[in-house]
Amino acid sequence: MKHGFLTICAATTALLAAGVVQAGTLDTVKARGKLVCGVSLATPGFAAPDDKGRMQGFDADVCRSVAAAVFGDGDKIEFVPTNINTRFQALQSGEIDMLSRQTTQTFSREASLGLDFGPTVFYDGQGLMVAKSLGVSSAKELTDAAVCTLPGTTTAQNLSDFFRTIGGKFELVVFESPDENRAAFFAGRCEAISSDRSDLASIRAVANNPDDYIVLPETISKEPLAPAVRQNDSNWRDIMSWSVWLLMAAEEKGITQANVDEMLKSQDPDIQRMLGVTDELGAMLGLDNKWGYNIIKAVGNYGEIFERNVGEKTRLGLTRGPNAQWNAGGLVYAPPFR
Amino acid sequence: MNILNDMRFRALCYQIGAIGLVAAAAWTMFATASDNLAKQNIATGFGFLARQAGFVISETAIAYQPTDSIARAILVGIVNTVKVSLLAAVLGTILGLFVGVARMSRNPLLARLALAYVEVLRNVPLLLYLFLWYSLIILVFPPVKQALNILPGVYLSNSGLVLPAVFVENGAVLLALFVCAGVAAAILIQRIGQQRRIATGKSNHGMAIAGLALLLPPLLLWLLGLVSFGWDIPQAGRFRLTGGLHVRPEFVALLFGLLLSVSASVAEIVRAGIQAIGPGQWEAAAALGLHRSRVMRLVVLPQALRLIIPPLTNTYLTVFKNSSLAIAIGYPDLVMVSNTVMNQTGQAIETIAIFMGVYLSLSIAISLAMNWYNARVALKVR
Repeated sequence: MKHGFLTICAATTALLAAGVVQAGTLDTVKARGKLVCGVSLATPGFAAPDDKGRMQGFDADVCRSVAAAVFGDGDKIEFVPTNINTRFQALQSGEIDMLSRQTTQTFSREASLGLDFGPTVFYDGQGLMVAKSLGVSSAKELTDAAVCTLPGTTTAQNLSDFFRTIGGKFELVVFESPDENRAAFFAGRCEAISSDRSDLASIRAVANNPDDYIVLPETISKEPLAPAVRQNDSNWRDIMSWSVWLLMAAEEKGITQANVDEMLKSQDPDIQRMLGVTDELGAMLGLDNKWGYNIIKAVGNYGEIFERNVGEKTRLGLTRGPNAQWNAGGLVYAPPFR
Repeated sequence: MNILNDMRFRALCYQIGAIGLVAAAAWTMFATASDNLAKQNIATGFGFLARQAGFVISETAIAYQPTDSIARAILVGIVNTVKVSLLAAVLGTILGLFVGVARMSRNPLLARLALAYVEVLRNVPLLLYLFLWYSLIILVFPPVKQALNILPGVYLSNSGLVLPAVFVENGAVLLALFVCAGVAAAILIQRIGQQRRIATGKSNHGMAIAGLALLLPPLLLWLLGLVSFGWDIPQAGRFRLTGGLHVRPEFVALLFGLLLSVSASVAEIVRAGIQAIGPGQWEAAAALGLHRSRVMRLVVLPQALRLIIPPLTNTYLTVFKNSSLAIAIGYPDLVMVSNTVMNQTGQAIETIAIFMGVYLSLSIAISLAMNWYNARVALKVR
């Protein structure tokens, strides 16, 4: 909360300062020598520091891919943990260069908050988690239950909409802090806890005994999580979007962190263009021509990022589901690099 | 005489100049902010207040549904803030009065206990206490499925206290009228009784008769069958108890935290007030043969209470503002509702302006009311 208030102060001050300088974000970032990226406070799997203090997670790796595209080094980056209430102000005011924080792309956000979203990096949906001992197998049985949640924009609203459609009532208990929210749920204050399914997996992973809890099958909303940048800077938006698409295309083409050096010798014209062997795609964005090579060298491809941070071998244990490649039954589909 | 050499005229000019500068600065800030917001394509204005809120609020003292407007949702938040602050201020003052008097007790155990109470509560941030009370409630009490059935229809669990609720089935208007009449009659009778006692010096039963006058009219209505009451008994649903009156743990933890913190400040203020009354008062009252406890109740406290009203105002302002810590433990006060609104509309500046405006105006209202009361009861020195 304290941090949130400071961010609002900073944002307000920036808005009050006469004439916000609208220099290209790429120039600002290059001059600063590092990318400033807004991430979650501490969400294991998406953005949380490891025991060495290095930020780990899916969202953090998306940031790193952009830093690698700009600087050729994924570690020329500063992570700013942003509060759920102040994430957009932090971006609007220029405190951060991009926001990569489990944020759902919605119409009203894009239209009225002065920001542009990049490609969806994670197809998510809001779900509900309950204790197995409750004996519930569908969210539709939850009439009159209490549901713990965070004061997210869409979260509370989706729940209201869902219970309205099934014609039931429920008690909503809203917490500002994720810790209090989890603690109240585990103590039995609420029968169910609701959040994006990826987040529920993260909450379940920190339970004393994760097997005591199940995520109910209903997905009550579409939550395409996407990174965002300030509006009116197409070049910067292109850099973010195509860095993300490059991660996806690299998986499709079988380029991995381990084999990227060999792939430089590949005869596939697509791979040659992506890695900057032929053509000048990087230069068109104002980047080094080896930007694609640098991204994969720094963080690996989309599949590697997924498996490393949230995949089945991690504590979150998420399957690819809709986040599989388009040719494997998923929704991940990168436009062509030509 | 040249008007420019007139001190009063010059002072007026300075004042006007100063106000003008402040206004100009405010206007420039406002204009730049809206200009910059427009440049960044960020929506501005208060039009969002009329939009449908769309979210549920768990604790509503006034009727509210997700289909109501955002303005209504914010109003629910304001009422919740006022409700918890008012209760905490009243209960905390009563408790604080006792602790303050206990602090001055000759009994060393009682005095030390009161001292420990005050110090422990005053020297730890309220936020930590809120976390403590809330965690205690949700960890100590059983989940709602194993709710303790302490009395028939009364259930206690970590989802709060559920009580049977009484509601008026018919004749609500009639009942309200009779209750008002009863209150008026009771006040009148009490006044007359007091005047007569002062005039004659004999004690009478003014208070008892006043109490009777308070209760009799509604009782009469009920006996005549003009009003009937219904009971809303809690029912065990699949997950929780439905119906009845639900006191939620978030509310209880916040109320508890606030009222304890108020009581500690009030205790110190009361002690200061008592000590400010000169020893002559004690000695004079003792010379009249009054027992020490009666001296305190009849001579010292009435004088001390006048002294403590100004510092009490500060305490009340603090509790009102501290109620915004509710957000940490999930009580839907003004700040929490505003946060949700902010999140939904993205219009942080307007929403923050609204809640700051509400806090400011309500704080000023508290100050004015307390100042008025202070002026009324202050010792009239002639």
